[in-house]
Amino acid sequence: MDHDNLSTLYRQAILEAGEDPHNFGDLLRPTVSTELHNPTCGDVIILQLKISDHIIKDIKFKGQGCIISQASASIMTDLIKGKSLDQAKKLRIAFSQMITDDHFIDNDKLKDALIFKGVRKFPQRIKCATLVWNALEKSIQHVEETNG
Amino acid sequence: MIESPYRHDFPFFYSQKEKLKRAYLDSAATTQKPSSVIEELVHFYTEDNANIYRGIYATSQRATSKFEAVRDQVKTFINASERTEIIFTKGTTQSLNWIVFGYFWDRLHSDDEILISVMEHHSNLVPWQQLAIHTGAKLNYVNLNEDQQLDIDDFKAKLNSRVKVVALTHVSNVLGCLNPVTQITTLAHKFGAKVVIDGAQAIGHLQVDVQEINCDFYAFSGHKAFAPTGVGVLYGKKELLEKMKPLEYGGEMISDVNYQNTSFKDLPLRLEAGTQNISGVIGLGAALDYLNKCKLNEIECYIKKLTKLAFEQLISIPEVIIYGSKNASFHQGIISFNIKGIHPHDVATVLDIKGVEVRAGHHCAQVLMRYLNIPACLRLSLHIYNDETDIQQLIIALHEVLRFFKHGS
Repeated sequence: MDHDNLSTLYRQAILEAGEDPHNFGDLLRPTVSTELHNPTCGDVIILQLKISDHIIKDIKFKGQGCIISQASASIMTDLIKGKSLDQAKKLRIAFSQMITDDHFIDNDKLKDALIFKGVRKFPQRIKCATLVWNALEKSIQHVEETNG
Repeated sequence: MIESPYRHDFPFFYSQKEKLKRAYLDSAATTQKPSSVIEELVHFYTEDNANIYRGIYATSQRATSKFEAVRDQVKTFINASERTEIIFTKGTTQSLNWIVFGYFWDRLHSDDEILISVMEHHSNLVPWQQLAIHTGAKLNYVNLNEDQQLDIDDFKAKLNSRVKVVALTHVSNVLGCLNPVTQITTLAHKFGAKVVIDGAQAIGHLQVDVQEINCDFYAFSGHKAFAPTGVGVLYGKKELLEKMKPLEYGGEMISDVNYQNTSFKDLPLRLEAGTQNISGVIGLGAALDYLNKCKLNEIECYIKKLTKLAFEQLISIPEVIIYGSKNASFHQGIISFNIKGIHPHDVATVLDIKGVEVRAGHHCAQVLMRYLNIPACLRLSLHIYNDETDIQQLIIALHEVLRFFKHGS
């Protein structure tokens, strides 16, 4: 039972993404760069986006954190690359619903990010999974405010 | 097998919430409460509940005398010279903030220095930082030595006549080390600096004698020493408390209020505005009774024995990195550690599933985390109700962590 419980949170794909995350590093001249801290644990994430014509052309992240936060950043950046700002905002809301709402119905658009569904059962770890998504929201807000 | 002779005094461990045995290893965050404290609270609210000082009636008088009796108890417990040197607060944080904002705020200048250490908890760091920003004084830090203990030579080197205040923790909430506060105070006083000691992790673990330390201020919380949350103590030498500005004005701290001005009561009431945490203070009294009954030297001895065992078991796991001294006896019931290559939050989640309750994070000591160059760590902290089975449960769970993350489940 313990082990099932553990595997609900740490799905194999999460372990793999956390070990060797995609899109880790720096962008050359990003449109926006956002640094967010998780004040309860000291984790930090820096998210960089390259945006043109309201499309996220490229995205990278760096920082330090637990497997959940690193895997979430890896999977989120894969998912969001090439999406419009509006699509990205919708995905962020969908992710946040998935991770907090027990009656959430799978939203296929979340694709690989659906594996974080199990985090819902670990309230102390929700912040780990959402940190990078919050950085995305902040980045988009910043771009929209400066553009208009 | 080390068995706790005190565990049966704590109903928390027998509440049968879950089938899984929980190993509570986070007493540095807050302690569980003995039944005598819980019963005292029930008794107070059942028999004696009334506001203090105000009532002419018997119940109020009873509540008042119980409340004031705890002031005498605290005075004896920390060996203050006068009962008026004991001010009730809501905890260590409030005590330290009052010291900074009520005493030092208008007394420092831009060419002064404040000397603290890199191991301070945020509550004994951030207020001093604010004071430094406000006055332009320099905030300086004492570093650690090779054994990750307070570096006394570095302290001596940074001490000079510009230092107006030295603020130091008695026991570090991360490294678990006991600082030589008496020696520090003697040295600081030679340069005319005042000394503030954060006793949050020392109280209930060690005999604290403020006259022997000779510190100017001492702060602690009740809840880390078996008392309820929301009650703490600010000790200060009388002549300093006399000069301290209240940060709260209102009921019961006044002697005469006119349209445009007010005269205030004497210590300690001048610094205790509004209705106090009466039940909390009475609970603190019961907690001190319990500590006296257990005897602090025996408590210290028991926790030392258990800490040594935990330390030895932890270092037997090659992936474990321990922070603080390499000598187990220099850890006052607190051991902070990490598992190589696994983030402390991931470790803590597995431990939680296995019923082991430790703290993971920066422990309100981000400066120390920066100094040690780690983002966070795990911390186990022990008290008298812990026993060898708790340590065993932790060690088994840590092996499970290694199996799961290192060897692909």
